Amino acid sequence: MLNYFLQLIRKTWVMAEMEIRKLLHDPAELITRAIQPILWLGIFGEALSKIRAIPTEGFTYLQFITPGILTQSITFVSIFYGLSIIWERDMGLLQKILVTPTPRLALVWGKMISAGVRGLSQAVIIYIFTLILQIHLLITPFSILGVVLITMLGASFFTGLSMIIASIVKTRERFMGIGQIITLPLFFASNAIYPISIMPSWLQAVANVNPLSYMVDGLRVMLVTGNISHLPFDIFILIIATFAISFLSAYMYPKVIV
Amino acid sequence: MSQLIKTNMDKIIIRVNNLSKNFGSVQAVKNISFEVKQSEIFAFLGPNGAGKTTTIRMLITLLAPTSGDATINENSIILHPAQVRKAIGYVPQMISVDGSLTVQENLMLMAHLYDVPYRECNERIKQILAFIDLEKYADSLVRTLSGGMIRKLEVGQAMLHHPPLLFLDEPTTGLDPIAKRHIWESLLELRDTFGTTIFFSTHNMEEAEDTCDKVAIMNSGEIVAIGSVSELKEKTGKKDATLEDAFIFFTGNELQANGNFHEIKRTRQIQHRLG
Repeated sequence: MLNYFLQLIRKTWVMAEMEIRKLLHDPAELITRAIQPILWLGIFGEALSKIRAIPTEGFTYLQFITPGILTQSITFVSIFYGLSIIWERDMGLLQKILVTPTPRLALVWGKMISAGVRGLSQAVIIYIFTLILQIHLLITPFSILGVVLITMLGASFFTGLSMIIASIVKTRERFMGIGQIITLPLFFASNAIYPISIMPSWLQAVANVNPLSYMVDGLRVMLVTGNISHLPFDIFILIIATFAISFLSAYMYPKVIV
Repeated sequence: MSQLIKTNMDKIIIRVNNLSKNFGSVQAVKNISFEVKQSEIFAFLGPNGAGKTTTIRMLITLLAPTSGDATINENSIILHPAQVRKAIGYVPQMISVDGSLTVQENLMLMAHLYDVPYRECNERIKQILAFIDLEKYADSLVRTLSGGMIRKLEVGQAMLHHPPLLFLDEPTTGLDPIAKRHIWESLLELRDTFGTTIFFSTHNMEEAEDTCDKVAIMNSGEIVAIGSVSELKEKTGKKDATLEDAFIFFTGNELQANGNFHEIKRTRQIQHRLG
């Protein structure tokens, strides 16, 4: 058991390290991925902040949606890891990895960590852009640590989810369609760009079981409000959801090859 | 070394017993049995959709058999898949290296996944780079290499942990004649130096005729012939028969006319998914 656990940790790190090396060989992806959150904050956020129609708990609308935009950005990065699994299946790389004596969970955790690192790069871009737009955010060692933790957990959850989707749909074309169908409703059925309190009751019910809401809430505490009263619950939900989905994903993703 | 190889050749490294695989109502592999000895070069021939890739995928533990069993290096593919994985190297039909990583990084990845001890990794990689003649490309991104170099790298990856058995699924498909010759020179050197058993599938009859000790011909999920090249040629009853003649003799020369549209479509989808 101890041997399995050590092997799991070691091989998770190997998988994550190789994913990060790929990013370092071609960092252009990070720049192209920065465009979307900049557009959301710079255009959507700026425009809606003029209307003042959305209750934002005493903060500016740009402050309010910054955690939501960061969450959306991380979700989009993570959800397409499923596409990479299909790509690696088509390449034969996945089959080769599955034939090695590597725990199935190590590949999932490796991808999750890699998505987390990509998510952190989005956080850095958003920090810089909010400074340019003069959006006041909390920047303390505690808040930065909190953002790192929540980003890693959120990215991990959505990576696991995307790998499960990949194992079901099996083709890139179907995955692209399903990816769009899942990410946008998750985003709009959360507290990312408006508070849950203004939603109709049926949508509130959806938002309350949507892990993305807990991620946004945790990031909002760390970046904007500083009110940590419900932070432990947010993190607890994210940890449980991430572990549950990682085990399910480890069971499901090898089925992508059949 | 030749004595070592001679001794090892008595050992059965692959023993397949009544192995079958169904995909829904499609019976891809039907109750096949055969043996492969240590240090043999074993060619697995058959038309498209014959069940070769499915059989290889069962033997390397990627697919669970519907019934039957097989042992690899005396470990059951059903009961001890982890032990089987340690004993084999696998080169899939498709390009299976990561183009976004360097040659060295691709080798490092497989060395770690195959549990090569950390202190030995660099030395093993150095040896493999020399063996596959890619030393000066160690720091090049794989996407900049030629097809032949990529195949050599894949063979090198599969050999890092010194497995006694190497599975290759159509290893020379898409390669030019010079690259093919280089690949086979490397594989034969592996067999001659380390006594590695090489199990490969191919559509290339000349390649099989030139290299292998034993051939199995598969058709419609069954093994229809097995033996040395000369034995199979002899069974055709033709003087100066080639392996291609034997292949046609055992698999038939006509396109099959049975099956309905939906069955064929489904079968092709499965074949496509299975590569």
